[in-house]
Amino acid sequence: MSIGFIMLCHTALDRAAEVARHWAGRGYPVVLHVDRRVSKQGYARLTRLLADLDNVRFSARHRCEWGTWSLVAATQQASELMLREFAGVRHVYLASGSCLPLRPVEELEAYLAAHPRTDFIESVTTEDVGWTVGGIDVERFTLRFPFSWKKNRAAFDWYVSFQRRIKFKRRIPDGLVPHLGSQWWCLTRQTLSAILQDPDREAYDAYFKRVWIPDESYFQTLTRLYSTNIESRSLTLSKFDFQGKPHIFYDDHLQLLRRSDCFVARKIWAHADKLYDTFLHGTGAQQPKAEPNPGKIDRLFAKAVERRTRGRPGLYMQSRFPNENWENGRTCAPYSVFAGFTELFEDYETWLSKTTGSRVHGHLYAAKRVEFAGGETVYNGAMSDSAKLRDYNAQAFLTNLIWNTRGERQCFQFGPADTQYLGWFMALDQNAQISVISGAWAVPLFRSNLDFAAIRKEAARLQKIEGDFLNVLRSPYVKARIRIWTMAEFVESPMEPLQSIIDEINPRALRRLAEAPKMVDLTGFGQFLQNLKNQGMQPLLMGDFPVGDLPRSPGARRSRPYLVK
Amino acid sequence: MGLWNSYVLRLARRRWRFRAFRKRRELKPVVNRTGIIGRHDILVFSTLRNERVRLPYFLQYYRDMGVNHFLFVDNDSDDGSREYLIEQSDCSVWTTKASYKRSRFGVDWLNWLQTRYGHNHWCLVVDPDEFLVYPFCDTRSIRALTDWLDASSIRSFGAMLLDMYPKGRLDAQPYREGTDPFEIANWFDSGNYTIQRNHRFGNLWIQGGPRARAFFPQEPERAPALNKIPLVKWHRHYTYTSSTHMLLPRGLNLVYDEWGGEKASGCLLHAKFLDTFTRKSAEELTRRQHYANSHEYRAYAAGLKDDPDLWCKWSEKYINWRQLEILGLMSKGNWA
Repeated sequence: MSIGFIMLCHTALDRAAEVARHWAGRGYPVVLHVDRRVSKQGYARLTRLLADLDNVRFSARHRCEWGTWSLVAATQQASELMLREFAGVRHVYLASGSCLPLRPVEELEAYLAAHPRTDFIESVTTEDVGWTVGGIDVERFTLRFPFSWKKNRAAFDWYVSFQRRIKFKRRIPDGLVPHLGSQWWCLTRQTLSAILQDPDREAYDAYFKRVWIPDESYFQTLTRLYSTNIESRSLTLSKFDFQGKPHIFYDDHLQLLRRSDCFVARKIWAHADKLYDTFLHGTGAQQPKAEPNPGKIDRLFAKAVERRTRGRPGLYMQSRFPNENWENGRTCAPYSVFAGFTELFEDYETWLSKTTGSRVHGHLYAAKRVEFAGGETVYNGAMSDSAKLRDYNAQAFLTNLIWNTRGERQCFQFGPADTQYLGWFMALDQNAQISVISGAWAVPLFRSNLDFAAIRKEAARLQKIEGDFLNVLRSPYVKARIRIWTMAEFVESPMEPLQSIIDEINPRALRRLAEAPKMVDLTGFGQFLQNLKNQGMQPLLMGDFPVGDLPRSPGARRSRPYLVK
Repeated sequence: MGLWNSYVLRLARRRWRFRAFRKRRELKPVVNRTGIIGRHDILVFSTLRNERVRLPYFLQYYRDMGVNHFLFVDNDSDDGSREYLIEQSDCSVWTTKASYKRSRFGVDWLNWLQTRYGHNHWCLVVDPDEFLVYPFCDTRSIRALTDWLDASSIRSFGAMLLDMYPKGRLDAQPYREGTDPFEIANWFDSGNYTIQRNHRFGNLWIQGGPRARAFFPQEPERAPALNKIPLVKWHRHYTYTSSTHMLLPRGLNLVYDEWGGEKASGCLLHAKFLDTFTRKSAEELTRRQHYANSHEYRAYAAGLKDDPDLWCKWSEKYINWRQLEILGLMSKGNWA
């Protein structure tokens, strides 16, 4: 008989009784503290359940409210009772009613016997803890907290900020260095009795009664005064979420708990029958004795916290709909937008798809219908090619597409003839790679068979739209990777820009571009622009095309463009 | 939100509650076993009309999940639904011949029953063709969920409506009583949903899925809403305002995170598209008891006439909740 267990019980008393019986039945004394808020009948039932065990005691009941002194007072009295009644106890283990022993208690005894003078209590200075809720750490010890955080949050917050404003500070008793830590500890008789029998205890108690959440700091601080050997960790496996409430274990955590090699876990769901059955009554194959190793569980819960606080980037769904700029990534993966490339090159989409191995769509935002790759009418995620559906929520269309095709890079064409809602959205999206050959929309007009008056009108319209788009792309707030060339620049040396785009899409590809896409025949384009000018329009975005000069067609002789033929 | 606005919404809530109070007269108790409801019981509320064939599986599904009591409003069924429910020891049944439409599609009736019997209980409001899926539903009962929600001080739990459909014609495989409808209708659309925020009520407005794709490609704004908040720790002052899409007070509608995180959420698998659907939509068309002049049903009738296949090659086959989680249709939040 070397370990005594103190259990603080609030709810699920039957489960607490099961666990108490587990320990007491094996000869380890248990002292239970039952919350005063538990009904008379509930308490009576619990005492009846454990009546046959002579090493179970019930300590004086306190009304326990979260974050208040009552929990410490309850622990103190239970500890005193334990030390007084059971002289053989060397270590006192503080547990709760929803704790569950994961390994045979004899193993715990052996473990503690191997560390006879060690106090297992998480005890960290306030400067070093990052987990305090509400950003209140050292202030727990220097402010006053007359209002309940749970029931009267507004008053609590107001009073805290008021004290901050008037720079109120309580004096911390001499000799105390505030420490915080998990409230579940295992202390040696020596340390615990020293704390409880301290001549200054009254002063300390008076001080801690006004500290916020003293159950996480009273023993953690006072242990530092007496213990010769503190192991600053808790033997109880207990994880907290981002709001500071404990994670709960269910039946499906069985294997994780088994492999954690921890001695006691908290908190167990009261209806997790399989867990209680397995760990309390199961024979359980004897595993080799190992140090507690909650790594896997840590990761599981760390991931849960991450999911709750940061979420999956680029996902918009029923329970994640971030305000603008809080998306943590507007879309979930990089994608490329090309403006003017299909106009300038023949069969550009096939070429791009072959070169980069990515999915290349046509004009996704075309006015008539969504031009999915391969002319599909429905695409990944069952997205429809209806332009009406797309335009109903153009932004969701893009974010959905990128989300649905995770793992495959998407490229699509864009131009001034398309639906234009998305300029700003893409410009502010760091996943977007936008490449524009400005003015290339004129090429289809140039090759079309329309009346010149109609062409002129359409050209003016498209130029205006593209001009607006370019203005957006040139804004100082832009996050996308943006490249803009005038058509004249691009035609002059197409390979270099293409290479840089491809390199960015596919940074690990070592090969230089071998095959260039074929440029459309631009003979007479300069004259076409001059005609537009003659009709009173000012084609600006194409850059300077000399009238009458034949732009060199690619694939012809690799001559320097400024050499006169 | 300004004081004025919250005052207006408060008035609206009063009005809905009063309306529900008036509509209580339309409900005639058939069998009232609410006396056996325990203090912590989880309740299901449902309105139905002629759903006899669905009921056995519906009851079994939710009983297995851990629901303790069912409260039904039977809207003048003539196919034996009522008689079947009377025999069930965990069901209480009310019946009415009054207009479904005039009770705002059953909302008023259920609001009243919830006020009366749902106070301080976790209440799940679902139609007989809606099946709740929540994180870990294969290993944890719904009480695990509600206990966790209680511990986290969360009062309402969102579950998007996910339309399920079969591959091939809807009427190719008849649904047999007592069987799992998702053995037939086991396909869904995984990624074509659009979301807008409803600033007045603070809820999200989700549309999309096969119904928007097949029936409303030309007028997407009329596609049915898919956002639902079916599970609420009820207080008698709460009220559903429009189906289970939104509630007042509006804090209950905040089942989504606005700062980048994910809250826990589930899905309501919708077994609407079975062989029963064609018959039902023809009937509803003549009854004209549905939302917006049964516009939805008119669109269905038109869409189904020539091409009754909702399946496409990008449809996703349903496996389990984890699949829905990975696809981003629901989330575990910080429940682990």
